[in-house]
Formats: sequence, structure tokens, C-alpha cells
Amino acid sequence: MALDKNQIAQRIAQELEHNTYVNLGIGIPTLVANYIPKGIDIEFQSENGVLGMGPFPFEGDEDPDLINAGKQTITTLDGAALFDSSTSFAMIRGQHVQLTVLGAMEVSENGDIANWKIPGKMVKGMGGAMDLVASADNIIVAMMHTNRAGESKILKKCTLPITGVNCVKKVVTNLAVLEVTEKGFKLLERAPGVSIEKIKNATEAKLIIEGEVPEMNI
Amino acid sequence: MINKIVDNIEKALEGVESNMTFMFGGFGLSGIPENAIASLSQKEIFGLTCISNNAGVDDFGLGLLLQRKQIKKMISSYVGENAEFERQMLSGELEVDLIPQGSLAERCRAAGAGIPAFFTPAGYGTEVAQGKEVREYNGKPHILETALSADFAFVKAWKGDTTGNLIFKGTARNFNPLMAMAGKITVAEVEELVPAGDLDPNQIHTPGIFVQRIFQGAKYEKRIEQRTVRTKK
Repeated sequence: MALDKNQIAQRIAQELEHNTYVNLGIGIPTLVANYIPKGIDIEFQSENGVLGMGPFPFEGDEDPDLINAGKQTITTLDGAALFDSSTSFAMIRGQHVQLTVLGAMEVSENGDIANWKIPGKMVKGMGGAMDLVASADNIIVAMMHTNRAGESKILKKCTLPITGVNCVKKVVTNLAVLEVTEKGFKLLERAPGVSIEKIKNATEAKLIIEGEVPEMNI
Repeated sequence: MINKIVDNIEKALEGVESNMTFMFGGFGLSGIPENAIASLSQKEIFGLTCISNNAGVDDFGLGLLLQRKQIKKMISSYVGENAEFERQMLSGELEVDLIPQGSLAERCRAAGAGIPAFFTPAGYGTEVAQGKEVREYNGKPHILETALSADFAFVKAWKGDTTGNLIFKGTARNFNPLMAMAGKITVAEVEELVPAGDLDPNQIHTPGIFVQRIFQGAKYEKRIEQRTVRTKK
């Protein structure tokens, strides 16, 4: 069975390391916060200026002065800090934020990512994505393996305008966990019950397959 | 102390003209200078270049200036919430310069800090890098970004005092302190204006030296763009 969005988030949550600062993008990445493993302490950064972001507020407690980068109302946890946009991107560019999880339209086998523009169709802007992907030490992409037309989003080369070069380290999709290596995408894990054949058929890029490919532990 | 108070919003906006460059603090609709925007949208000024992380929504924030076609060019990082904006951009009426959010923040800060340009890795290898100088530092390519200043910067704070010191609340701080530094004339509007001495100097976010005019906003709608809640169990 291919994973749903929550299960993709759940699998990514297994990548979280104790005592680290993490920036989650909009969409599937946001769901990662729901699956932090026991014993792992994480602080979430949102680039509009908060560290120690908490869950959504209870109804009636929404504060227009407290939002995340997706403009959603949020809360802060004990120990949180607030700051301006320049300080926020100092944390990002200065590699103080250790992990960035974000969505993508395409990822290529050298680690390029495209997620900000479809020429002539969607021109909303890159927001903080270009700063994030240019600097984070570890970048994990959360996305569906194929687009709505059924075409692979895992490509030899991105076709859309790119957001950053050579930056993605790992991709978790509804079908597989892929690592970006110097030689291309290495298939690390497959979704429970999904065959290697099926993953190959859904992937335009070449896959490096070494030995047994285990199923994800979801 | 130097007194920055202006009697009313008309005085606060004195000197704004067509074809000027304005900065607006705020992220989405959070921390935007609501009163200044509303008042500017009533004026016969056009051909504006506006620097703001976002462009408001159709009927609030910078959407008000877009509706009246007062804006010639927008410099932003993300503009996805505004149908009129998209229409004007796709029809070519509106010029749009999209730049990475961190670069936008730093370009404002740099102008205020007297730094004309800096190198950043953000945008290297993308459309953003076109025509920009590339240099390698520590084995990694960076692109040259220049400082951004403005004829007027409009910012909004939670509290301010008569000498222009500002304190922001929550994530409504965002671009406000940086744009305050980058304006030739910075106009700060605040929810609460107090006499000099009432604010603890230890708690000031933006020192009054960056603010030329200050006034208390008549009212604040503080619209929420994405109301997300959890239910009590």
C-alpha cells in the first residue's frame, strides 16, 4: 500500500534527531510535528520569526500577532523566542537550523529541487524556500512520487525553474525513501507492500538498488 | 528627548508623492501598517514601487492600493493570496520582482546599516541569480545582492513612545524593524503610544533613531489570514 500524507510525515519523523532545530515547510512537512518520537526533543523554527512553535491554539485563543510562515494561527511553547526576519534567516543561512523539511514539485538526481514556480501558471514566489535550501545542512523532501497526471516527480533533471542546486539529501514519497548520492537516487526503503518494480515504473530517474530493499517501518 | 509625534495621519504621510518607493512591514496580514495603508489608498498618488514581503489580500492590506492601480512595481517574496494581484501581473500592468525572503530582509537591514551589498548563497543557480555576480566563499558559490532602501518605510509596532522607540508583539515583528532602518523617512504607527520613559529601555526592539514620525493608529482590524485551531478534548 502506498502511504498517505500522514504516513509520509510519520516516516520523516523517524529522521528527527534529539536536541535539534527544525524548519517545517507548508503541507505534508507541517504534519511531521504530530509524530515526534518519544525521547526526542525538537524545537520548531518558523521563518517569519518564532522558535519553539507549538500546536494550533484552542478555538477562541487565536492571536493575529502569532502566526507561522503559512500564516496559520499558532501557539508558542515554554522557552520559545520571537525575533525579526533578518535574525530568522541568520539562523537559517548560518546553519543554526539543522534540518529543513519541505515539499517539492520535482527533485533531480543531483539533488536539485523545484518547488516555487510553474511558468505561465503559478507565480506565487519562493518565500523563504530559496534561503532554506541554499543553506540547511540536511534537507528532506516530503512529496507524492508522481504528480496528478501520473508523471514522475523524481527526475534525471528538473524541468521547472529550480529553487536550489545540489541540496536535497533525502526524499520520502508515498512509495519510497530515496537518498541522493553522488551517483544518483539510491532506493533505501519501499512503502509496505509496494514492489521495487512499481517504484521503478513511477520513477523517471535511474534508481540505484543494492541488495534487499526493506519496507518502511510505519 | 527628540519628539517624533505627529498630530494626525495626514501629517504622518506628508511628502508622499507619485513614483516614490515605499516599504511596508508585515508578514501576510500580521503586523502590517493598517492605518497608513488605508490612508495612502485614499490619495491621488500612483506609479508606486512597493517593497513588502507579501501583497495583502484583495480587500485588505496592499490589496487596497492594488485595487486602485496605485502600484507600478512590487518587490516581494510571496504573493499568492491576492487574485487582483495575479490578474495585474499576468496582464503585464504590474511589474513584479520576486526575491528570496531572507535576501529581502537582509537587503533592507543592509541599507539601514550602511552596507551597500553582500554575498548570499540563496538563489544561486536559479532565475534569481541572473545577471548577478557570483563568488565562491568556503568552497560554496554565493551571489551578490544589493541593499534596498525607500523614500518612506511604513511600519507597525505594538507599543511606541514619543521619541520613536518601538516594541513589537509576537510574530508581528517580522520585517518591521528592518524596514524601519531602511526608510529615508520611517513612519511608525503603534497600537499604544506612551510618553518617553514609560517603556523599559531594556525591552526596546527598534531604537527611536530609526523612526522619524510616530502616531497611534485610530483602529486595528488585525485580520487573520488562516484561522487554524485545535479542539479541546
